[in-house]
Amino acid sequence: MTDPLVLCIALPLVGAMLVTALPRWSVRLGIVSALATAGAAVALTAAVWQQGTLHLILGGWDAQLAIALRADGLATALVLMANLVGLGISVYATGYFHDRLRVRSFWPLWLLLWAALNGLFLAGDLFNLYVMLELLGIAAAALGALTGNRDAVAANLRYLLVGLLGSISYLLGVALLYTAHGTLDLGLLAQRIAAAPELFAVNAAAMALMVAGLALKAALFPLHFWLPPAHANAPAPVSAALSALVVKAAFYLILRLWLDLFWPITGMAAAMLPALLGAVAVLWGSWRALRAERLKLLAAYSTVAQIGYLFLFLPLLTATPPGPARDDLLAALLLMAVTHGFAKAGFFLAAGLVQTNAGHDRIDDLGGTAQRLPATTFAIALSGSALIGLPPSGSFIGKWLLMQGAIATGQWWWVIVVTTGSLLASAYVFRVLSRAFGLEPTPLKFITDARAEVPALTLALISVAVLGLASGPLWTLLGLSAAGSGTGGGV
Amino acid sequence: MSWDYAALLPGAIVLSSLLPGVFIFLVREESHTLRTVLNLVGAIAKLVLVGLMIYGVWLGQVFETRIAIAPGLTLVLNADALSVLFVTLSTVLWLVTTVYAIGYLEHSTNRSRFFGFFSLCVSATVGIALSGNLLTFVIFYEILTLATYPLVAHRGTPEATRGAKIYLAYTLSGGLLLLVGAVWLRTLTGPVDFVEGGMLGGLSPDLHGQLVAIFAVLLAGLGVKAALVPLHGWLPQSMVAPAPVSSLLHAVAVVKAGAFGIVRVVYDVYGVTLASQLGLLTVLGVLASFTIVYGSILAMTQDGLKKRLAYSTVSQVSYIALGTSLLGPVATVGGLVHLVHQGIMKITLFFCAGNYAETLGVANVSQMDGVGRRMPLTTLAFTVGALGMIGIPPIAGFVSKWYLGLGGVEAGQHWVLVILATSTLLNAGYFLPILYRAWFRPLPASWPKEHHFHTRFETMGALLWPPVITAVFCLLAGLLASAPFSPLEWARLIAEREYGL
Repeated sequence: MTDPLVLCIALPLVGAMLVTALPRWSVRLGIVSALATAGAAVALTAAVWQQGTLHLILGGWDAQLAIALRADGLATALVLMANLVGLGISVYATGYFHDRLRVRSFWPLWLLLWAALNGLFLAGDLFNLYVMLELLGIAAAALGALTGNRDAVAANLRYLLVGLLGSISYLLGVALLYTAHGTLDLGLLAQRIAAAPELFAVNAAAMALMVAGLALKAALFPLHFWLPPAHANAPAPVSAALSALVVKAAFYLILRLWLDLFWPITGMAAAMLPALLGAVAVLWGSWRALRAERLKLLAAYSTVAQIGYLFLFLPLLTATPPGPARDDLLAALLLMAVTHGFAKAGFFLAAGLVQTNAGHDRIDDLGGTAQRLPATTFAIALSGSALIGLPPSGSFIGKWLLMQGAIATGQWWWVIVVTTGSLLASAYVFRVLSRAFGLEPTPLKFITDARAEVPALTLALISVAVLGLASGPLWTLLGLSAAGSGTGGGV
Repeated sequence: MSWDYAALLPGAIVLSSLLPGVFIFLVREESHTLRTVLNLVGAIAKLVLVGLMIYGVWLGQVFETRIAIAPGLTLVLNADALSVLFVTLSTVLWLVTTVYAIGYLEHSTNRSRFFGFFSLCVSATVGIALSGNLLTFVIFYEILTLATYPLVAHRGTPEATRGAKIYLAYTLSGGLLLLVGAVWLRTLTGPVDFVEGGMLGGLSPDLHGQLVAIFAVLLAGLGVKAALVPLHGWLPQSMVAPAPVSSLLHAVAVVKAGAFGIVRVVYDVYGVTLASQLGLLTVLGVLASFTIVYGSILAMTQDGLKKRLAYSTVSQVSYIALGTSLLGPVATVGGLVHLVHQGIMKITLFFCAGNYAETLGVANVSQMDGVGRRMPLTTLAFTVGALGMIGIPPIAGFVSKWYLGLGGVEAGQHWVLVILATSTLLNAGYFLPILYRAWFRPLPASWPKEHHFHTRFETMGALLWPPVITAVFCLLAGLLASAPFSPLEWARLIAEREYGL
């Protein structure tokens, strides 16, 4: 099987087995697997770019029973983001762990997590999605506890239990749907839900269970309580993966269900609830980030806020009729998710460097460290400006379109949420950056540790320069440009 | 997207300082020569490119760089008469300031960081000048904030950190307001391109209420950088920055960006006729007049030389807004020409203030007795700048005030003359005592902190010549005001186009 759809999942899985079987070679095998997987993701993107949505049925049975894989624009964009970020994290990780035991446990778990992540993005049926979700949760919790200290183990045990609770809630919803409609395939199920309005109660109950379970995993306020300790106490490359990718996967699933499955039954009221919670998440997460004493805790709370922004799109998507304006919103949503992925990974990797270099990550005492590591400080500054949504970052374009949609649909209150959130974000980012301008001595070199600083800086740069100045391909990938070019394209 | 010369030039002008800036960050701290070469190559290349562009615009060529960010969102850089005015000002003054900054920071630390952000700052400014639509303007406006923050914080002292924080709080909030206004306007009209004569004239009268509200939001956003009272609080606080940065903030980049934005919004977005109909010009005029008087009064009470100059900027920049708020081409000329004139005069004054501080350790007006005899060339330059600010002919400032007054009379707003007269008296009130002390008071026994440079002049060459050159500019801009390509003639050309004459 050489289909890139399969390779994206199979390669990291094979890699995980190899590093388990040959632990002495784990770093080398791990980095080769990472490169191969990222290559497969690029190939997948190229294929989707040329051919449009890809489908694959594994096992030769018909769609109701077999494992179905599907790559549309939304999934592909997230796969590409996740795999490039994953590659950056892998390169960074080669130099991060020094203890042999940690090295040997990191690589198998990390590659397993990677496989689950790709599987989740590409899965085409609900049960498959459940398996991947479970696998992802277990691998993530195990990785998070890798430092082995009490706080980390406690936080990640909680993370594991919360994850299981979320999965169970999701599985209940799946069971309801299967009983009612007799299929798990996303495409078939969508048709049957649309064709059976009399089953509204069952569908709505299933939706509530599934979305609630996933919202727990996506750390939507007030279900975010588990995230800050788990993300802040994990080793830096793991924090990056958890915050940038794993949370995003849960959100992706909500979006997928919302747009593909439940669109006939999602009204304004249903969309308002998650959006309101998202708005509180933006404000509360940013506020807690501002009050955080440690750099990694700040980054973790910032994730809570950034996930909140994504939920603000739901009522706007509901209120906007299909057409270029809705396409813009969808692309903006994807752009914000992708930008946050790159930016937060860059931020956590840089924060990890600060922590190893200074021996701590207390923001108020970071004075000299910021000067000793100019490239790291730059990575924090760049990814920080993407978190705030300053131009030319991708999230600037995202927020522009978000506010535009909010004003156009008359939901102007989201503009207040977005601006307040941005102000709070500037406050917490510049609270860190102001430490870089002390009276401490001048650095001698820009780059001090290439293997760690280059990935952090590259990821941050992608979030700022590439996504902000050339986000057009996302529209193409979503297959929207054809619809958008006629009427609303403008200049 | 065509990649011919005319489509590349505006982008190249932005890149000519952006790329050297990026490389400067990577330069080792001790590589003084390499950094200087990068700085000067960037500055001179930009000057040459701008020269080519002026020549082309004069021949009637259209320069436009377009980059599609996303469907419906396009980055547009183009050269109309107004952008040429601002781009030329910042490019010429940047070259001078770079020379000055190299001399000024000779022995300080973190120079690569400083000059890196310095270049980014100018790239953002020319980006603002060349912006062809509101989206592009907002993008560069925000980048300017980010690029200047490290410059204000550069010294690293607690006061510098505090000043930078205040600067950031003001400008980022302003930037957000501008963003909200821009997005709101876009939902009404689609892409907001800058068009001579305005682009909102055709909009239905039902939307006029919203347009007024949008103007208020945009003005609040732009007014922060333009230091309109009561949004001026950051400007005196950011005086902790090194002298070249103050020059940049006050004359070339930040306050100018705000004032330029106001000009753009009034003339090329709303159109001066619509703005006048909606009563927006009156609001702007009142705010500007209040700022002019209030800034001057505060300037009189300051003993710190740089603080006094800062409040003087608060006052003087609002002349640009005042000229914009008066309906009629003559006032427009007065406001636009002051964009250039205030720049060259204020930069001269700040260079001189920096020279006094670096050479003699003099930072307060009360310490300036006899500086004219110790540093005659610097003080001569300072005198030219100060007299120009007061509006003494034949220095540049006189031309601005003349046209503003004439424009006020033409528009039937005779109160403008009162504002101008009051302001002139106040200007004289805070500048003439300095000149008196500098030239006529006896020298003190010793200076607070005197440096001796190994030179036969009063101070280091890189510090001395920039203010002398800009002082000569001030004289030339006044003396040769009606020569072709003078700021005044160019402002006339813009005014004619804006009013469709």
